[in-house]
Amino acid sequence: MPKNPEIKKVLVIGSGPIVIGQAAEFDYAGTQACRSLKEEGVEVVLVNSNPATIMTDKDIADEVYIEPLTVKVLEQIIRKEKPDSVLPTLGGQAGLNLGMELAESGFLEKHGVTLIGTTPETIFKAEDRQAFKDTMEKIGEPCAPSQVVRNVEDGIAFTNTIGYPVVLRPAYTLGGSGGGIARDETELIDILTNGLRLSRVGEVLVERCIAGWKEIEYEVMRDAAGNCITVCNMENIDPVGVHTGDSIVVAPSQTLGDKEYQMLRTSALNIISELNITGGCNVQYALHPESFEYCVIEVNPRVSRSSALASKATGYPIAKVAAKIALGYTLDEIKNAITGKTYASFEPMLDYCVVKIPRLPFDKFITAKRTLTTQMKATGEVMSICTNFEGALMKAIRSLEQHVDCLRSYDFTTLSEEKLRKQLAKVDDRRIWVIAEALRRGISYDEIHDITRIDCWFIDKIAILTEMEARLEEEELTTELLKEAKRLEFPDNVIARLTGKTEAEIRGLRYENGITAAFQMVDTCAAEFAAETPYYYSCFGSENEAGGSDGRKKVLVLGSGPIRIGQGIEFDYCSVHCTWAFAKEGYETIIVNNNPETVSTDFDIADKLYFEPLTPEDVENIVRLEQPDGAVVQFGGQTAIKLTESLMKMGVPILGTKAEDVDAAEDRELFDKILEQTQIPRAAGGTVFTAKEAKEVANRLGYPVLVRPSYVLGGQGMQIAYSDEEIEEFMEIINRIAQDHPILVDKYLQGKEIEVDAVCDGRDILIPGVMEHIERTGVHSGDSISVYPAPTISAEVKAKIVDYTERLARALHVVGLINIQFIAMGEDVYVIEVNPRSSRTVPYISKVTGIPIVDLATRVIIGNTLKDMGYPTGLAPEAEYVAVKMPVFSFEKLRGAEISLGPEMKSTGECLGIGKSFDEALYKAFLGAGVEFPKYKQMIMTVKDADKPESVEIARRFEALGYKIYATRSTAKYLEARGVKARRINKIAQESPNVMDLILGHKIDLVIDTPTQGRDKSRDGFLIRRNAIETGVYCITAMDTADALARSLEHASVSEELNLIDIAKVNNI
Amino acid sequence: MKAFLILEDGMVFEGVSIGSDREVISEIVFNTSMTGYLEVLTDPSYAGQAVVMTYPLIGNYGITPDMESGRPWPDGYIVRELSRMPSNFRCEGTIQDFLAKYDIPGIAGIDTRALTKILREKGTMNGMITTDENYRLAQILPRLKSYRTGNVVDKVTCGSISRLEGRGKRVALMDFGAKGNIAKSLNKRGCEVTVYPAHTRAGEILEGKPDGIMLSNGPGDPKDCKEIIAELKKLYDSDTPIFAICLGHQLMALANGADTHKMKYGHRGGNHPVKDLETGRVYISSQNHGYVVDTEHLDPAVAVPAFINVNDGTNEGLRYAGKKIFTVQFHPEACPGPQDSSYLFDKFIEMMGGNQ
Repeated sequence: MPKNPEIKKVLVIGSGPIVIGQAAEFDYAGTQACRSLKEEGVEVVLVNSNPATIMTDKDIADEVYIEPLTVKVLEQIIRKEKPDSVLPTLGGQAGLNLGMELAESGFLEKHGVTLIGTTPETIFKAEDRQAFKDTMEKIGEPCAPSQVVRNVEDGIAFTNTIGYPVVLRPAYTLGGSGGGIARDETELIDILTNGLRLSRVGEVLVERCIAGWKEIEYEVMRDAAGNCITVCNMENIDPVGVHTGDSIVVAPSQTLGDKEYQMLRTSALNIISELNITGGCNVQYALHPESFEYCVIEVNPRVSRSSALASKATGYPIAKVAAKIALGYTLDEIKNAITGKTYASFEPMLDYCVVKIPRLPFDKFITAKRTLTTQMKATGEVMSICTNFEGALMKAIRSLEQHVDCLRSYDFTTLSEEKLRKQLAKVDDRRIWVIAEALRRGISYDEIHDITRIDCWFIDKIAILTEMEARLEEEELTTELLKEAKRLEFPDNVIARLTGKTEAEIRGLRYENGITAAFQMVDTCAAEFAAETPYYYSCFGSENEAGGSDGRKKVLVLGSGPIRIGQGIEFDYCSVHCTWAFAKEGYETIIVNNNPETVSTDFDIADKLYFEPLTPEDVENIVRLEQPDGAVVQFGGQTAIKLTESLMKMGVPILGTKAEDVDAAEDRELFDKILEQTQIPRAAGGTVFTAKEAKEVANRLGYPVLVRPSYVLGGQGMQIAYSDEEIEEFMEIINRIAQDHPILVDKYLQGKEIEVDAVCDGRDILIPGVMEHIERTGVHSGDSISVYPAPTISAEVKAKIVDYTERLARALHVVGLINIQFIAMGEDVYVIEVNPRSSRTVPYISKVTGIPIVDLATRVIIGNTLKDMGYPTGLAPEAEYVAVKMPVFSFEKLRGAEISLGPEMKSTGECLGIGKSFDEALYKAFLGAGVEFPKYKQMIMTVKDADKPESVEIARRFEALGYKIYATRSTAKYLEARGVKARRINKIAQESPNVMDLILGHKIDLVIDTPTQGRDKSRDGFLIRRNAIETGVYCITAMDTADALARSLEHASVSEELNLIDIAKVNNI
Repeated sequence: MKAFLILEDGMVFEGVSIGSDREVISEIVFNTSMTGYLEVLTDPSYAGQAVVMTYPLIGNYGITPDMESGRPWPDGYIVRELSRMPSNFRCEGTIQDFLAKYDIPGIAGIDTRALTKILREKGTMNGMITTDENYRLAQILPRLKSYRTGNVVDKVTCGSISRLEGRGKRVALMDFGAKGNIAKSLNKRGCEVTVYPAHTRAGEILEGKPDGIMLSNGPGDPKDCKEIIAELKKLYDSDTPIFAICLGHQLMALANGADTHKMKYGHRGGNHPVKDLETGRVYISSQNHGYVVDTEHLDPAVAVPAFINVNDGTNEGLRYAGKKIFTVQFHPEACPGPQDSSYLFDKFIEMMGGNQ
């Protein structure tokens, strides 16, 4: 079936801000699909509230709306743009739900718009619990038996029919709170009672427990003619019970025989046929480890995190093919872009093994529970490819950038054997390290399997790695042993540690004996056909297939690795744009990265893609082969910056700002010299290594002070200390990880925080815009609401900021990008920090100003000047509208995580509101972040003493908006005394009804809780905040945010239709 | 123990010996299936060939009851890595022991991707697996070049008639090296299946008055089976419904004036898309063949193409004009591989009048 000629203009719905469970994979899928649609001559209208995405670029879509993803906004866009079709399957669950709502309300039909890629019936059958169960029953596909109950008696009765253990899932609680596994009636009554109370609708799902079964996934495709294929199957090493996003996953499955494999494959094809899916779909199974019994866990009738992983694991571009299917093509009409010879109607065959490991945020949230459950907690993931499983696992471990490089990186040697057994039973992110230790202690495979339910095949593979560790420690390092260690992907530094040699010696030994990495191709077909797309992975002991030059200059672009808090999708945006800019300038481009969710690791972004860990050794393997003319590190976040020194040692020129200048910005003493030389003030401070030194500096400066490690992103470990005790506590936390660089202690200044990004060609600079943060200093810039153009600072301050930026850029000899954060106190401006590289705000400011900063920075790096390129210098003219960037958090998914904002970044993503006025932009930003008020017009306030004066005005405004205010004792008293009606409510420890009852009553819109400074030790405040978050109540921890919210609500109560801005048409210059 | 794989073109791969350590010369072919190594090993169509598995991790679930015949058939087995500890609830042993038991030599630890690329670029060729470290290429290469597989159907077909009881249609299955799941697929649907040795005369089969005849898969060059082809022509003339798979498909085509030729490196794996020319539907199929039917010289009055391979356009099936005969190059019985085309067995039963 050829393309449907009726489809000329398609609205593509994006997935919105990055949150845990909905991350960069949708930018990857959306970008690939939009390019695929444009390739077919279709006009693409894109809507996504997330400005950090590549899909919202004007090169990707024809019309781009960075607007809140609500039905109302979408309806408005459809009325304005008049697309003939809507494609909802690329924007994750968010996109699918919106598409469904638009269809169900009859809006699409009324406006003659067709839902493509899926149908409302398909979405309903796959998403509605009962409809799905009925459908599965109809075609004889088994699901785990389950029932929704509204009281404990029904729960017991149902459990008696299906048998213990059962899983309990309260409806509408976030983060899986209140759920659990009940093994007997006592536990059932206990968990169920609590779960019913926590659930807003008083419902709990009781389900047969299939924890411990093998978890297997299939990625399947189907076209409208009914042709079906499976792209890939994947096996979770962690059995059912851990969310697949938090599991270590291997592709293809390793422990399934053909009988099991085909049984589930046939089932998956039956399911997508019955659901009438046209496009990609993910089917998850639980397979009994000792029989052929299986259950369908869930079906996702859209592209997903797993489909992104499957695409990268196999080379099969699922989103691209799904988009073509949506246009009407059949699988046998779509060419396989990798081989260029075969068609999309085939199944990829791998001749390698792929391992994915999730990147969990417990280094950021040290109070959060590390336990892994059915609620996903990972912010990102890494993938690695090797010809053997052990090697793939080792490569994935070192890709994580969590101070781990082998199975000894977490030390469990001090645990007694009994404690170790207990630790094995704990399902957390360090489980494979615990298993390794158990194996070293001689605990049997069977026992480990009994405790963990992890298949013995994987346990044996871990044992092969621990055996190699022992051999390296005990035996003489022969060539044969070294070869075998490298085949298992032991990095040189680990071999050096184990053998007592130096890394240089190991490298020398390798080169002498010709033990070097070879690169093999990911070709979708196990070498059956010659492939055209150079997508490579390294291994040892094979023939090399990569390398070669075509005469163009070669540039190495280093990616940013896994997505984590503080280093998100923005850096992938920068890496991709840099790559495209180099390509336009005639360079051969090479990307190195290990994140399967991203656009940068799509096979056709660079001329060559190396899917590899970003460690010096792994990068050196590529450098030796490719001999690049230069490397760019300023776009890949801290991951790439960290490689600078190693690259220089390898003799690779660093393009753009020189390494010593990067150092000058990071190194305290060097930077102080620069500030002196440029006569720019900053907060007084000093560098320290120990807590004792830190206290000395703090007392000299006077509390409060800011404490932070150098060379980190996202303010990791950054804290405001108010006392010697807090200094001791923070220094202890920072020094848990050995620090290569000193720790900074600065006087804490509270003022307006201002941020700029600029392009500098070594002489002139261009500042696209000045951004002002709504929250005063003390809240990390990534967690602050940021406004462009800066609304409240004077022209003098602005001029000073431009002047300081120019001076700093020149003094640091910046060639490329620079990001600077300032504090404005009155008319005084202080510099907080300078980053001579791309930043989190680059995509956002590029989009709202229409100035392609990364593109300009790249061309500057190549040797162009701003003037040559026809760009003005200094501060660009301000836009005629206001853009507000709103941070978005994923706290509800991380049980036990402290949610109060501070100098350490905690948000996982962001959304943008663009409006004709500040109020409108702010309103849109809140809307985009999912803050849709009012519902019940009831709120709770509990503020620290320092904030009490400010709280009065804010409370008054909420009161004027019709809000009923509850407050704890002292806040209530303070407000009452100043004429605000505040109802006093008991603290948690006091008798009911207390603040907790109020929150669990599910009638509260908002909690404003400003915690006492430092790491809040008050259990009360922490519990209030956690419970608010876990029951879906919006919670604010800074007065400035509360003020902004009040303002937004005031605007909402008067606003009519929103102004929609097509940013593809924006051009300020 | 070290082992060497020496190719006809002089290329040598060094690895580790697995299974038997005897020397063997055979035709080297590759299979791209990621699961189903046991079904591959026990598929009689691999008689006369040494198989390279392109998937690098083999033997993960050990030896299970999933066998397509009573024993492994390849002359040799070539893998990158054999699992030292298979894991599966049905696991009964390791590949290592299985190969040793049947005296099949193999080699592990070689770059199977490099080997596959050679076979892809230069075409299927002969090779030797040896554990003799002092091998002399000058002596070996002429032997490799002159090696011919010969008639292997005789080696793999059954010795006597056997029967699977059933209450439905009665099918005569001609065993040219049949995979077990062909008979099972029919039997499962209720058919009574009588299995005949490859050289059974057409008359004898027709005397049994079967409702339909099933021609199986099998090894080797179809043109080596001259006698069988002559008998098949008689079956064709009998007007009995016939369904044929793989070698059976090629032999029936040869019996009706078509030609066959050897492909450069064949189709072996579980991911081959075949298109049903009547409906336009594409199915992913299991395949194992090195020869293919030329449809150019086929008289459309005799038979027309029913399926083609989506990748390379080669013939994948024929429908015979005016006859209840259809034949396919791929394997609807799967094992290993996708079961998408198993509906063809139902179609065959319908053609015979249907099982009640």
